[in-house]
Amino acid sequence: MKPEQDYKWRDFERGYVITEPGSSREYHTGDWRSQRPIFDKERCIKCGVCWIFCPDCAIRFDAEGYAEMDLDYCKGCGICSRECLPGAITMVDEEG
Amino acid sequence: MGKRVGMEVSIAASEAVRLANVDVIAAYPITPQTHIVEHLSEFVNNGELDAEFVPVESEHSAMSVCSGSQAVGARSFTCTSSQGLILMSEIVYCTAAMRLPVIMVLANRSLSNPISIWNDHTDVMSIRDCGWIQYFAENGQDVFDHVLISYRVGEDRDVMLPVIVNMDGFSVSHVIEPVELVDQETVDKFLPPYKPDIVLDPAHPVTMGAIVLPSCYTEAKKAQDEAVKASMPTILKGWQEFGDLTGRYYHPIEEYRTEGAEVLLVTMGGIGETAMWAVDQMREKGRPVGLLKMRLWRPFPFEEFRKAASKARMLVVVDRAISYGGPGGPVASELRSALYNEPKRPLVANFIAGLASRDVAPFDFIEMVDRAEGACKKGMEPEYEIYGVRE
Repeated sequence: MKPEQDYKWRDFERGYVITEPGSSREYHTGDWRSQRPIFDKERCIKCGVCWIFCPDCAIRFDAEGYAEMDLDYCKGCGICSRECLPGAITMVDEEG
Repeated sequence: MGKRVGMEVSIAASEAVRLANVDVIAAYPITPQTHIVEHLSEFVNNGELDAEFVPVESEHSAMSVCSGSQAVGARSFTCTSSQGLILMSEIVYCTAAMRLPVIMVLANRSLSNPISIWNDHTDVMSIRDCGWIQYFAENGQDVFDHVLISYRVGEDRDVMLPVIVNMDGFSVSHVIEPVELVDQETVDKFLPPYKPDIVLDPAHPVTMGAIVLPSCYTEAKKAQDEAVKASMPTILKGWQEFGDLTGRYYHPIEEYRTEGAEVLLVTMGGIGETAMWAVDQMREKGRPVGLLKMRLWRPFPFEEFRKAASKARMLVVVDRAISYGGPGGPVASELRSALYNEPKRPLVANFIAGLASRDVAPFDFIEMVDRAEGACKKGMEPEYEIYGVRE
C-alpha cells in the first residue's frame, strides 16, 4: 500500500475496503511513544508476564527466551514496566 | 400486466420483498412497521421465501446483521420505525459508508418524548445525513414498486448504496389500497441476482470497516459524497426501465397542475394525495396553485427542483418535522438553500403540520396558501409556523 498521505479521493476501493490482508503492520504505532522501555537482561527471569500484559503485542522472545520490545509498535504505555516481577523494565523519556 | 388487488400496504411491501427474493431478513417489531416483518416471517416459515429470518434482539442488531449479510453477498432487508431507527442509527451510517446496498422500509413515526406511535417524519429526519438513498412513497403502489426499484438501483455497480423507502406510518402502512402487483417473471427481468465484486470470503480475505487517519478521512468523505451524487443517473434509469415494464413511471419531483401556477404547495409523503384535492378545489375557483411532491430526498434533486420551482412566485412548503430553535422544517430549509443562489427565486413559506398523525385536510392546505398569501401582501417574507397549534 502507498503512504496514506498520497491517497486522493478517487484512490479508495469502494467502501474503503482494504484488499491486502495484514496491511495494518505498515502503520508503525511506535511513533506515538513518549517514553521507551529499557530492558535489563540481568534481572529478567523469563516469566513472560510482560508478554501477557502488553496490549499491543509488541513484546516477543529472543532465541534464549528473554523478552524483547518491538519499538516499531510499542506505544510506551509502561504496563510491562509496572507488571514486571523482578523490575527488569524501566521507562525513560524519549529524546526531544 | 400484473394483478390489481386490494391489499394492506404493509403486506404489499412484504410481497415486494418476497418477489425480490431476498436472502436475509433481520428485523425487530415496532409499531407501525410490525405487519411487514410479521408477514415476512410467515413467508419464510411457510417456505414461500427461501431466506434466513433472523429474529434479532434490537434494531441495532438488525442493521448489524443486514450489513454483515450484505457484505458476504446476500441480499438483505430490514424495516423499522421511530425509536427503532434511532437505536440502529449507529450502524445505519456505517452501512452507507461501507457501500452495502441493504434496503430498508421505514414506516415513519414520531420520536419520543412525549411518546407517540403516530406518523410524521421526525424519525427519518434524525438520520438525514446518513448517506443512504432516500425515497418518500405516497401510497401503496409507490411502496411496492420502490422496494423493487431500490434493490435494482442500490445494487447497481455504479451505485452500491443502501436505500430507504419511507412511507407514512398508519395513514399509508395500515390502509388497504388497490395495488398492482408485478409477476415474478417481470421482477426477475428487472432485478438481476445480487453479485457484488468484493465480498467477505475467507478464501480471499479483505478488511471492511477499517480505520482511516485524519490524513485520509477528508478524502474518504469526499468519495462518499460523490458516490451519492453519482447515483442520480442510475436512479433515473431504474425508474425509466421500471416504467417500461409496468407502465408506471416515477420522477424525483412529481408535478401536479403546475401549468401557470404562481403558488406551489410542496409536500413529501402521503399527504401529497390530500394536497391534490386542495389544489383541485383552488383551481376550480381560478386560483393559480399547483403542487410539487418530493419523491427523492437523497440525492437531493437540485436540477429538477430548481426547474420546477423557478416559475412560481411563492412556495408553500409543508414539513412533517421540526428543527427545534432552527430554521423551521428540514424540507423548507433545504429548498430555500437550493434556491438561494438563483437570480429569480420564489418566496418560501413553511408550515409544520401533521405531527403525530394530526389530520391535514384539504381545507388546511387552502388555509396555508391563504395565510402565506396574506403575509406576502403585507410585505413580510413568511417564516415558519407550526400550523394549527392551539394558542
